[in-house]
Amino acid sequence: MNTLPKWIDIVLIPFLTLFLAFFVSGLVVVAIGENPIRAMQIMINGALGSDYGIGYTLFYTTNFIFTGLAVAIAFHAALFNIGGEGQAALGGVGVAIVALSLDGTHWLITFPLAILSAFVFGALWALIPAFLQARRGSHIVITTIMFNYIAAKLLGYLLNGPLKKPAWQAPETRRFEDGAQIPFMKDIGEWVGLEITRTPLNISFFVALICCYLVWLLIWRSRFGYELRAFGHSENAAVYAGISPFRITMITMILSGGLAGMMALNTVMGEQQKLVLDHVQGAGFVGIAVALMGRSHPIGVLLAAVLFGILYQGGTELAFEMDISRDMIITIQALVILFMGALENLVRYPVENTYMRMLRGSG
Amino acid sequence: MTFFKTLAGTAVAVGLATASFAEDIKPAVIFDIGGKFDRSFNQASFEGAERFREETGIEYREFEIQSDAQREQALRRFAQQGNNPIVVAGFAYGSAMETVAAEFPDTDFAIIDMVVDLPNVRSVVFKEHEGSFLVGMMAAMKSETGKVGFVGGMDIPLIRKFACGYVQGVKAANPDAEVFQNMTGTTGAAWNDPVKGGELTRSQIDQGADVVYHAAGGTGRGVLQAAADAGKLGIGVDSNQNYLHPGSVLTSMLKRVDVAVYNALSDAKNGEFTAGFSVLGLAEDGVGYAVDDNNQPLLDDEIVAAIEEAKAKIIAGEIEVHDYMSDDSCPVS
Repeated sequence: MNTLPKWIDIVLIPFLTLFLAFFVSGLVVVAIGENPIRAMQIMINGALGSDYGIGYTLFYTTNFIFTGLAVAIAFHAALFNIGGEGQAALGGVGVAIVALSLDGTHWLITFPLAILSAFVFGALWALIPAFLQARRGSHIVITTIMFNYIAAKLLGYLLNGPLKKPAWQAPETRRFEDGAQIPFMKDIGEWVGLEITRTPLNISFFVALICCYLVWLLIWRSRFGYELRAFGHSENAAVYAGISPFRITMITMILSGGLAGMMALNTVMGEQQKLVLDHVQGAGFVGIAVALMGRSHPIGVLLAAVLFGILYQGGTELAFEMDISRDMIITIQALVILFMGALENLVRYPVENTYMRMLRGSG
Repeated sequence: MTFFKTLAGTAVAVGLATASFAEDIKPAVIFDIGGKFDRSFNQASFEGAERFREETGIEYREFEIQSDAQREQALRRFAQQGNNPIVVAGFAYGSAMETVAAEFPDTDFAIIDMVVDLPNVRSVVFKEHEGSFLVGMMAAMKSETGKVGFVGGMDIPLIRKFACGYVQGVKAANPDAEVFQNMTGTTGAAWNDPVKGGELTRSQIDQGADVVYHAAGGTGRGVLQAAADAGKLGIGVDSNQNYLHPGSVLTSMLKRVDVAVYNALSDAKNGEFTAGFSVLGLAEDGVGYAVDDNNQPLLDDEIVAAIEEAKAKIIAGEIEVHDYMSDDSCPVS
């Protein structure tokens, strides 16, 4: 069987797809009467051109790593977790409860507890759809989507009721005190003598990187990971081998929901330092695209998350700098997702064919 | 002591900054979630900024946030790039403003609908209850069924303040009148949900209401539409919305967000920017009601005379309209 060399598979095809995506986006920019080259410059420069831009890019990247890993780990067990949005929202509640009750202490105490709490809240929110799937056969795609709405309403209730800052109009909690302020990259820079512009990039970024490694370890280097992948490839074979579908479904969804919930560390404890209604900002859904693009491999998820971070931060800069409305920017982001996620074969087949012809020609 | 030193230092810094930027200012305006074309609150602030641009030729930077989480980023971004002054309209910017304005003591900020107590922030709030009182009176006098409606956007004290002023006005004109009140929701989405606004209005009309007042930003488009479709009367808010359905919009409760934005920008240009907070009511022409060709035929002399009399009395202090936010309760309902 002829296979493509790795460099074509990993470097050339994604690069060409990305190029095509940006080309079509450029046509959209031209269609609304703006200069696409300038738009491109602003996007790239805004995302990577300064420590400010990079800070924001990596801040968004952190969100997408968590939600991307959440979707990826479920993919390996052939489970499609679309509930990242709701699980992350609930993770935020977990973070807020710890932070609000313990912010008189020190972040070295609150942060680990917040990690735990975010994981548990996210996991619990995924556990109900998991149980319904494993025991009652309700399809997890439907239930996790529905749980997103329930989570949004629940968050709305909590922020208008028990968790709301007293005598305040906006539905948000009070700001966390010093004891729940985790170090920002600016602070970390100061520890080692670097001057970094203030951005919301914080220590959660490193937690996300560690999670990448742990997920890789779990899926490819553990017994459970083997069972999980076997289950994902063929449920019948897995059952025959003595693997319990119930156990795999439950544990996978706990891990998946927990990872999605941990995203809240970055937004609630890092960026906002309070719980607000839409702290997830759609990252739960972007996680699906990230996992697809990253082929459910932690390294791929990391790279795809960086790309989406660039798109998000670059897109925001575009809204600041040019007369392009926010809806147009979503269109451009969507085009990139469409090409990278769904239309990869558009590039793959011609590249494969050309390569094979070249091989035959020379050999 | 340290506090006062900081305060004095900042005041000096602000003074200097204002003086040096007086000739050549780089203003920025940030809109709230409804977007600058919401025909209501944000559009009023957009119009104020546009008026400044047309009169002075000074361009301003602008940004429409997509989510609550972007508030801080937008403020910090503009401040970091040296924009000054930075004007935002919306109560929800309160906590973001507290953080960012403290980080950039040399930048002048203005916030509308919220009080932020910092030496470089101008806070502008309105006496919405006074304007709502007048349109409430008008609604009651115009109503044939003796039943009128109110549709609020997000259920927050500010919107209850509108409702409470309105009900007081209704009862002042007709003590037996009945007022139906509904809020659209409890999240920011309630500002931009015309479909639900229309549903709430239809349900109030089904119960007998024939004049419906909205304080719901973009949601209000649905309220006015539904009222017009049913052959009833709507009352607009913030901007003059009479033109949206000529003949079916009784009046609009004007809240001069545009003036507040314009003043903040032009004061900065003239080097006269001051921090602190101001309250704009009927006396300051900060609130009022709109009369133009579109609603003139709906208003007879008797109504106008009664409203003008009430307006004069409120300004003179003879009628005191209760402010919901002063004690979080409303004496009438």
